[in-house]
Amino acid sequence: MSAYDTGEGIRSMTYREAMHEALHEALANDDRVFIMGEDVADYGGTYAVTKGLHEEFGRDRVRNTPLSESGFVGAGIGAALGGLRPIVEIMTVNFSLLALDQLVNTAATLLHMSGGQLNVPLVVRMTTGAGRQLAAQHSHSLEGWFAHVPGLKVIAPATAEDARWMLPSALADPNPVIIFEHSGLYNDRGPVDPNTGPVDLDRAAVRRSGSDLTIIASAGMVSKALEAADQLDKSGVSADVIDLRSLRPLDIPTLAASVARTNRALVLDEGWRTGGLSAEIAATLAEVCFWSLDAPIARLAGVEVPIPYAKHLELAAVPQVDDIVAAAGNLVRPIE
Amino acid sequence: MSDQLFETARSLEHRLLADMIRIRVFEERCAELYGQSKIRGFLHLYIGEEAIATGVMSCLGPTDAVLATYREHGHALLRGVPAESIMSEMFGKSTGCSGGRGGSMHLFDESVRFFGGNAIVGGHLPLAVGLGLADQMLGRSDQVTVCFFGEGAMAEGEFHEALNLAALWNVPVLFCCENNRYAMGTSLQSSESQVDLALKAASYSIPAWSVDGMDVLEVHKATTKALTAIRAGGGPMFIEFQTYRFRAHSMFDPDLYRDSDEVEQWKKRDPIMTFGERLLDAGDVTSDDIDEMWAAARAETEAAVEVADAAPLESIDTLLEHVTLEASENSSPGPDTPFVDDDEVWP
Ligand SMILES: Cc1ncc(C[n+]2csc(CCOP(=O)(O)OP(=O)(O)O)c2C)c(N)n1
Ligand SMILES: [Mg+2]
Repeated sequence: MSAYDTGEGIRSMTYREAMHEALHEALANDDRVFIMGEDVADYGGTYAVTKGLHEEFGRDRVRNTPLSESGFVGAGIGAALGGLRPIVEIMTVNFSLLALDQLVNTAATLLHMSGGQLNVPLVVRMTTGAGRQLAAQHSHSLEGWFAHVPGLKVIAPATAEDARWMLPSALADPNPVIIFEHSGLYNDRGPVDPNTGPVDLDRAAVRRSGSDLTIIASAGMVSKALEAADQLDKSGVSADVIDLRSLRPLDIPTLAASVARTNRALVLDEGWRTGGLSAEIAATLAEVCFWSLDAPIARLAGVEVPIPYAKHLELAAVPQVDDIVAAAGNLVRPIE
Repeated sequence: MSDQLFETARSLEHRLLADMIRIRVFEERCAELYGQSKIRGFLHLYIGEEAIATGVMSCLGPTDAVLATYREHGHALLRGVPAESIMSEMFGKSTGCSGGRGGSMHLFDESVRFFGGNAIVGGHLPLAVGLGLADQMLGRSDQVTVCFFGEGAMAEGEFHEALNLAALWNVPVLFCCENNRYAMGTSLQSSESQVDLALKAASYSIPAWSVDGMDVLEVHKATTKALTAIRAGGGPMFIEFQTYRFRAHSMFDPDLYRDSDEVEQWKKRDPIMTFGERLLDAGDVTSDDIDEMWAAARAETEAAVEVADAAPLESIDTLLEHVTLEASENSSPGPDTPFVDDDEVWP
């Protein structure tokens, strides 16, 4: 039984609380684990995920850094090489671009460059996504870029349960793992099982079963897909909703099995369409499911514009529930 | 002092006080409007720090360039971006200075050479070097680029790269560090191994010094001195303005990381209050004058709010605008000042 089992069985937690508890457990269970990032201590993290941890575990293990993204991500890589298990927090994916060099040129390559000698057991957490009117330097969904890079593992927990249980698996992984947390999810509640334990990092999850089409989503798109699926149900269209969970590697067998059954696929992506993850998924499904498709694979992705500030423009720039319903409707419409 | 000089000094003092008040009133109204959800996203207030933008801006000419951070309402206002255009931007309206795309953190107005509104900490310092380089290479020798940033930016690699380039190339840039002692919840001591920021900048062979940023006249004097030297070809300079933000980092910040005593101590040095009292004591201003300044600032702000409230939203049909330009829309047909090169013929 886990130390966090209050005896009440499955609890309702926010995504934020679930991630906080996972971090707490990581610090409590393994002395090698430490957290570092901008304002993770007194301030509690930009999204209050690490709040209070420094009081219990001290400022060495919940370590504030200056504004130096490249520096502290690089230091995280070094610390991992030196035998620690760093969890680095970057405030948002937009700021991670200052550390892209360390992540892509170093963390992702060391194992290979060293002929298998040096692995980097580093966990990097960052937020992603639009929805809070933070405009074009704080709102992008760039996780697809990281999913492009061999040597990295990229995960995106979309539920409180996954926020709770993907972290221990990420820490146990010998590779650099990047965790994307959609900033719109932190206040969302969901059931969390206190005893789940480590989970598979590279498996997609079928969040809802249906027979007419497969909607493939990740991160902030999952709950929108589920809402759309409920609406579609009322008009007699039943959808499988798959939560990718892992963006690299992609769990193609799970996606293909669903599409082979529903014969239609709609791929959602909050990120931009061109060269995005949705393109990769659609192309791969076209390769492996071509003969079972009843319609062209459809994509619904972010509009190709930096995220605007004004609410109505921001809403129009990323897929919304109504857009998903409409796209799904087009896909299942009998061909005239 | 001759009568005329005396009058000039007095009118400068009046203007400095009035301008600080304009920023204060504008931003206090912004905070209210945030509470009413008229303004959304992040909102970073400059309250307490007004003497810096006011003192520096008072020294600039129309062809100088200005870059600032996301805490830039005051800088935009004093640079001459109309209050209603700033307020409309924060309301996300089409009449905003950035067409509703930028919001509070991304105010831009090319017509007054106000280059933002930058919210990647440190990201605009290299831009300032480039603007300075353009002035230098195009022979616009009397123009200066002024770059405002927080002390937090000095830990970023881009600060170091920018200062090194600026010094190497001797570009006409004034780096204005607004040291308010915190970068979000991180204090200066926990962010900088060397808290003498001028010393740090000086290590790049850039003249650098520290000034009381709560004293608008000191800011004005230091900036005048720096700009005179830069315009004479002296290359980049760095001034640390010591200041304090009276409000939380942004409207999302519960402000739990600093002592309320500390905040109260600094509030005693409120740049508007202290300067107003000094002028009153010296008889350079009457309390009626000061009342009038507040009233004028309120009128300006209220007019801006009215305009912003009534302004239309941008049509959704324009969502894809301003991403790339068509070649035919090229807005910069080339330098109006020819490239200055004595010997070589430009191909
Ligand atoms: C590269 C980058 N990292 C982190 C942030 C988040 N952030 C925004 S403002 C800020 C503090 C900056 O402090 P400082 O430079 O001192 O300016 P101040 O806010 O005090 O005016 C931080 C950490 C950011 N915007 N950009
Ligand atoms: Mg600061």
